[in-house]
Amino acid sequence: MSASVDLAPTPRADAPPRPAKKRKGARTRVQHPLAIIIFVVPFGILFTLFYLVPIGYAIYQSLLVIEREGTFGEAREVFGGLTQYVLVFQNGPFWESIARVLTFGAVQVPIMLGLALIFALLLDSPLLRGKRFFRLAFFVPYAVPGVIAAIMWGFLYSPSLSPFSAVTSNINFLSADLVLWAIANVVTWVFVGYNMLIIYSSLLAIPAELYEAARLDGAGQLRIAWSIKIPLILPAITLTAIFSIIGTLQLLAEPQVFRSFSSAVTSTFTPNLTVYSTSSIPNFNLAAAFSVVLALATFILSFAFLKFTQRKDEK
Amino acid sequence: MSRVAPTPPRDTAVVDTAPAAQPPSGRIRRPQQGQPRARGPRESVLSRVSAMTVMAVFTLYFLVPIWWLFVAGTKSSTQFTSTNPLWFADFNLIENVTNLVTYRDGVYLRWMLNSVAYAGGGALIATILAAMCGYALAKYRFPGRETLFNVVLGGVLVPATALALPLFLIFSQINLTNTFWSVFLPSLVSPFGVYLARIYAAASVPDELIEAARLDGAGEVRTFFTVSVRLMTPALVTVFLFQFVAIWNNFFLPLVMLRDETFFPVTLGLYAWNSQVNQIPELRGYVLIGALLSIIPLIITFLLLQRFWRNGLGAGSVK
Repeated sequence: MSASVDLAPTPRADAPPRPAKKRKGARTRVQHPLAIIIFVVPFGILFTLFYLVPIGYAIYQSLLVIEREGTFGEAREVFGGLTQYVLVFQNGPFWESIARVLTFGAVQVPIMLGLALIFALLLDSPLLRGKRFFRLAFFVPYAVPGVIAAIMWGFLYSPSLSPFSAVTSNINFLSADLVLWAIANVVTWVFVGYNMLIIYSSLLAIPAELYEAARLDGAGQLRIAWSIKIPLILPAITLTAIFSIIGTLQLLAEPQVFRSFSSAVTSTFTPNLTVYSTSSIPNFNLAAAFSVVLALATFILSFAFLKFTQRKDEK
Repeated sequence: MSRVAPTPPRDTAVVDTAPAAQPPSGRIRRPQQGQPRARGPRESVLSRVSAMTVMAVFTLYFLVPIWWLFVAGTKSSTQFTSTNPLWFADFNLIENVTNLVTYRDGVYLRWMLNSVAYAGGGALIATILAAMCGYALAKYRFPGRETLFNVVLGGVLVPATALALPLFLIFSQINLTNTFWSVFLPSLVSPFGVYLARIYAAASVPDELIEAARLDGAGEVRTFFTVSVRLMTPALVTVFLFQFVAIWNNFFLPLVMLRDETFFPVTLGLYAWNSQVNQIPELRGYVLIGALLSIIPLIITFLLLQRFWRNGLGAGSVK
């Protein structure tokens, strides 16, 4: 808990919420202003240019519509209010793609994080030999970029080229029914080890004394894991979950690669694919509106998840 | 962005796992605690065996695809389809690599170099910038500090893919699309890095030390680069690695920005080849060996920096 003190060294007590400008005047001088400027400004400029401005520009673009004078007249961008957003909400394929990734996430994220948690707990238990090896072996797929992983698994799924053709010639993983789960497997394969390491390193931070008493009372490893370890590492699990939710809504590389293996992956398979294919029409204003809605949805969902888990913690 | 303001929940999360942000103690404590626990009441043979079995099965799951890729990379195209996919035939690795790097005047090497430049250069600069900003947020008081921090935190939640399209639109206004810079410049920003650097600076750079450096007459900036950076090294290596991987794996941004293949990173290049395999079957072999070679730099980077990121990830878990 000591870190909380370090984290918030600002004397909040002296700063009741007031307009910043007034405070600036009343304040005694800021120490080392030049150093602060040197430290903050480079990041600040780039952050503004490549984060804030694009967000603002996307919102601006999404409020425009293309207007033509006659059929062959010159196209002009004019302010169209929420026209694009009406189109977004009327766009069936977009909402289907949202539903698709939500289904994907509801199944894939729990499986992935469940596996990551089990592996982390096993690595942290005295049951295993060769922990170093397992830790590394499970983490290696994280070094494989999503595109490359998707290409690789695309071959592994293919009925003729796969080393497991006994399976793949009978079950078509690239069919319309299964391709979503084939992609889920690729994502799981890449990210289990990464999430495992994050959970594992927060397990390492638990002081051993906490287990000793339970051990003396005769609690087994399973009991210790369930009653002591998991409650203590919940924050780490929550955060891996949030990042997984964000990742799921943003799925792009894997399905885009799978389009060359399977015709079942359409150009509106995931929300980001919809954005991409809309912008290649090109219909930038609608694509911008898709982007804004998607970013908002992502933000709200991860924020809601955070709130939800925290309320549970408080009880 | 005002919605971002109520994000302090993150801070609570930080508090809860805070010990992880101080890897030194975690690192030292570990070996000591492993020993007595191993000597505690015996675990049953059954649970040992089943634990090892689970791990062994999943080791196969994680490693067999890479093994297959390696074996495939050593085969000629005829043997690729005609021999056991999981075992070697005639060893053609060298020949395959030579063919790959000479194919179309070495475009593959060009892509690899591009990736190294995007990811290596981008991550290095991003880390320095994030370290400076995070350090200032942790160690100095100035008006607007909390606002700045909250905005940056909001940036962590904005997925990079959401920015790719608007960036493309902006860059096309100033004729900067389809250039090296269109992919490189946006990679220099790492809000998560700022966040991590702030936590780590607060936890590992004592105020007394900065004060002592001041008394010795060292300037603030010099103190940062000579003293503070060293104390923050594990976190900075983690920031570097995260950013390196993020840029190396980034797909959407180069996909929308780049048309000219001389600027492609290796992922986009292989993607382009892979989508032409049906028209040009010979590309299949190049895709396979190219995929194999492309993951080697990342694996080497991870192995070399292992002792840093293993500790740094502890701080990563507080994200």
